Amino acid sequence: MTWTPVCAYDHLLPERGVCALVGGRQVAVFRTHDGTLHALDNRDPFSGAYVLSRGIVGTRKGEPTVASPLHKQVFSLVSGACLDEAEVSVPVYPVRLAGGRVEVRVR
Amino acid sequence: MSRIVVVGYGPTAHRLVETLVSTGFGGRITVIGEEPRPAYDRVHLTSYLSGTSAEDLTYEVPSGVATRLDTRVTGIDRAAKHVTTAGRGAEPYDVLVLATGSAPFVPPVPGAEHAHVYRTIEDLDAIRTAAKDAAEGVVVGGGLLGLEAADALRALGLKTHIVEMSPWLMPRQVDEGGGAVLRRHIERLGLGVHAGAGVQEILHKDGQVTGLRKPDGTVIDAQVVVFSAGIRPRDELARAAGLTVGPRGGIVVDYGMLTEDPSIYAVGECALAGGMVYGLAGPCNAMAEVAADRIAGGSATFEGADLSTRLKLLGVEVAQFGAMDGALDVTYMDPVAGVYKKLFISDDARTLLGGICVGDAGPYASLRPFVGKALPAAPSDLLFGGAGASLDLPDEAQVCSCNNVCAGDLRTAVADRGVTDVPGLKACTRAGTTCGSCVPMLKRLLETSGVEVGTALCEHFAYSRAELFEIVRVRGITTFSQLVAEHGQGRGCDVCKPAVASILASLHNGHVLEGERAALQDTNDHFLANMQKNGTYSVVPRIPGGEITPDKLIVIGEVARDFGLYTKITGGQRIDLFGARVEQLPDIWRRLVEAGFESGHAYGKALRTVKSCVGSTWCRYGVQDSVGLAVLLELRYRGLRSPHKLKSAVSGCARECAEARSKDFGVIATEKGWNLYVCGNGGFKPRHADLLASDLSTEELIRTVDRFLMFYIRTADRLQRTSTWLESLEGGLGHLREVIMEDSLGICADLDARMGHHVDTYADEWAATLDDPEKLGRFVSFVNAPGVPDPSIAFERERGQIKPVMSR
Repeated sequence: MTWTPVCAYDHLLPERGVCALVGGRQVAVFRTHDGTLHALDNRDPFSGAYVLSRGIVGTRKGEPTVASPLHKQVFSLVSGACLDEAEVSVPVYPVRLAGGRVEVRVR
Repeated sequence: MSRIVVVGYGPTAHRLVETLVSTGFGGRITVIGEEPRPAYDRVHLTSYLSGTSAEDLTYEVPSGVATRLDTRVTGIDRAAKHVTTAGRGAEPYDVLVLATGSAPFVPPVPGAEHAHVYRTIEDLDAIRTAAKDAAEGVVVGGGLLGLEAADALRALGLKTHIVEMSPWLMPRQVDEGGGAVLRRHIERLGLGVHAGAGVQEILHKDGQVTGLRKPDGTVIDAQVVVFSAGIRPRDELARAAGLTVGPRGGIVVDYGMLTEDPSIYAVGECALAGGMVYGLAGPCNAMAEVAADRIAGGSATFEGADLSTRLKLLGVEVAQFGAMDGALDVTYMDPVAGVYKKLFISDDARTLLGGICVGDAGPYASLRPFVGKALPAAPSDLLFGGAGASLDLPDEAQVCSCNNVCAGDLRTAVADRGVTDVPGLKACTRAGTTCGSCVPMLKRLLETSGVEVGTALCEHFAYSRAELFEIVRVRGITTFSQLVAEHGQGRGCDVCKPAVASILASLHNGHVLEGERAALQDTNDHFLANMQKNGTYSVVPRIPGGEITPDKLIVIGEVARDFGLYTKITGGQRIDLFGARVEQLPDIWRRLVEAGFESGHAYGKALRTVKSCVGSTWCRYGVQDSVGLAVLLELRYRGLRSPHKLKSAVSGCARECAEARSKDFGVIATEKGWNLYVCGNGGFKPRHADLLASDLSTEELIRTVDRFLMFYIRTADRLQRTSTWLESLEGGLGHLREVIMEDSLGICADLDARMGHHVDTYADEWAATLDDPEKLGRFVSFVNAPGVPDPSIAFERERGQIKPVMSR
C-alpha cells in the first residue's frame, strides 16, 4: 500500500478541488478552509461523469461537503456519503501531508 | 352524459367552463361566441393599445371544451331544447347557460352611428385607426369605463374631452367632494371635463365626425367620439324565448342563477340577480362559480356582491367600498395634494359603513374588510394613520372581491398548506389574480399571521440576496470569508457561494477566478466554460449583435476543425463549440483571442447576447439601425454579472424579427427613435415584455437601460429573472418607471455611477486568464499529469460530427 505524491500543499487553493490520476483511478483532492485535506473518488455517481473535483466546497450543519457541478447533489468530504440521497456514496481515499507534499493512497 | 351549451364567450363564460372543467365535470361543454376569439381579459383591455397583444389578453380555452367562434345564436327553442345560430345549424342542449353579457348604451341622438363604443378588441382597433388622423376626441360618459376610454384616447395622442350627465365624474363611486378633487387631477392632465352635460348631436360631414353638440348648443370639435355611458344587458334571446326579464332589462334568475326554465341558467352582465345587474368582474365571477356548482349538482347560492372598487384611472387612485352614505361621516380633503378621503359611520359612531377615496386609496386595502364591523380605531386615525397596517382582520372579512376570498381562506392556506409568500397565496386561493388591488393586503396578512416569510438565502446567511447585496455594497466587503465571518455562519454552499460571487462581480468587476473568488464560482464560471453532461466544455466567443466578418467565421471553423469540436448555431445568434477538454480550453482561447474574439460569457449569470435583425441598413422595412444599436448595447453591458442571465434584442421595425419582447430588455425601432420593453422571458412561463417607454433617443435609451439593469441587480432575488422580479415588485411596472425614469427613490445617480464603473473597468476575462500563469496552471485534467486527458471521455460520430459516449 504505497502513498503517491500528487502535488505541493501550497498548490491547493482552499475550497477549490483538484483531480489526481493515481494507479488508473481519478482522485478528487480538497483542502478545506481550516487546512484539512480530503480525498474522494472523482466520479459523480448520478451522472457517471468524472467531475466531483470541480464542485463547490462548503459545509452542511458543520460537516465539510462538495456539491456535484452537474446536478448539485451534496457529498460529505469525510464519509463520501451523499447527504441528499441516503443509499448513494462515493469512495473515500486516505490522504496525508508529508514534507509539504500531498500524498494519496488508493488500495 | 349531459350536454352543456354556453351562449356567449366572455370572461364570465370562461370562469364558468374553467370551474366546471377543474371540478372534473364529466359532461360535454360547448361554448358559442359571436366574437372571433375566445374570452379575453376585459379588466386590462386598455393595455391592448399600449403594446399588449390580443394573444396576451386571451384566456386559454380549458381542455375538452368545444368552442364555436364567430357564431351568433339567433334563438332558443325551449321545447326542442336546442339553440339556433345564424347560418350555422342548431346546437342541442340538456343545460343551457346564457352568458351574453351586455352592450354599451348608445343614446339615440342624430349622428350616433358615427361614434365608437369601447368594449371589444375590434372596437379598440377601430378607435386606434380613427385616431391616426385625428387631433381631438370626446368620450361620452364619465364613469369607470368612460375614464378608461379617455385614458386610451389620450395615450393615442388626442386632445381628449369627457362629457358626463351627472354633476361630477364617477358618480357611482365618488361623491361631490371626491368628484371635485378627481376633476382637478384630470384637468391637470390636459383633459376637458364637461360635467352636467349631455349629447344633443354628433356632427359629421360626408361620413367624417367633426364634433359633438351639447344641449346648450355649444360644440366640442372632435374627429373621434366614443360612447361609454353605461351598459344594457343583452337579454334579447331570453325575451324572444318568453323568459321573464326585468323592467329595465336583465334575465331574471334565482339565487342559483336559474331562470324560470329549469334547464336554463343566466350569468354575468345579462342576468338580473336580486333585482341588480352587475357589471364588475367580482360579482360576475361569483355568479359563474355558483352556476357551475349548480350544474354539477351542488347547492351554491349568489346573494349579491360587494360593489367595492379600487382602480387607477388617468394616474389617479380612486376607491369606494361599502355604503355611499351613512348617519355620520368623517372627511379629509386636501385639494393641494389632490387627496380626498371620507368614511361613513353608523349614528352610534361604532360601525364602519363605507368609504370613498380619491388620490390615495390606502384606506381601501385596510378598511374595506371592516365594512359592517366595529371600527378598529378612531376614524381620524384610520384616515391619517396611513394604511392601518396593524389591523387584524376577522376571518370572514372578504379580502379579494374578484375571486371572493376571505381572510380565513388565506390563513388556512398559510397554516395548513405551508404557503409562505404572495405567489403561493395566489396559486393556492386565486386571491389577487384578477385586478390585483388586494395584493398589498395579502402581503400584510402573511406578515401578521406570524409566518416567518422565508427570505433567508440558506443555512449560512439569514438574509435575502438583495439584503446581502446592500451589506456588501455599503460595508465595501470584497471577499466571501469576510462576509460569512461578519454576517453568516459555516463555510457556505452551492446556493450562497455563487450568489455572493455574482454580487462581488457586479460591484467590483474584478476577475472571477482571482484569489478566493476562484473557489466561489458555480459550475460553468469555475473554468469559464459551459460544462456538458460528460464533463467536457463548450466554448462561445462573443459575436456582438450577431454580426460577424467572413475572416472571423473562418477562424471559428478552423479552431473547431483543429480541435475536433462539434459546432452549432445558438439561440443567441452566435456559434457554440462543444467537446473541449479542460486542458484544451487555454489553447482554444489563445487562437480565438489572437483573432480578435472575446469571452461570450455564455457560462456566466451575466449578459448573454443582444440579438438583432438587419434593420434600416439593409432591410426595406427597417426604420432604425438595429444592428448598430445591438452591437453598442452588447459591448456596453458585456461581462455584467447579474442575479440571473440577461438576454436582449433590438428589432428594426414593428415586425419585431429579433423577438425583442421575449427578452429581459428589448428594443423596437419607431420612426421617432426606440421603444423600450422590459421583463420579457421565454422559458417555462413565457412573458411578453412590457412597454416601459417609447420614442427614446439612443442616449435616453442607454441611460434608462443602465438604470433598469442596476436596479434589477440591486433588488432581485437569487436566480430571479427580470420577469418574475417585476411580478414580485410592489407597484409593478408603474413603480419601476417612477424609480428609473423619474428617480422617485433618488438612487439614479448611484445606479448611473455603478454602470459607469462596470463599463470603465471591463476587461476580457479569457485574455486576462491567458496572461496569468497562476490561473492557467489550473486548467488541467490531472494536477499530477497535466498533459494527460481524462480517459473516461469518449466520442462517437453522428451526422458528420462528434457526440459524447457516456461511460455508465
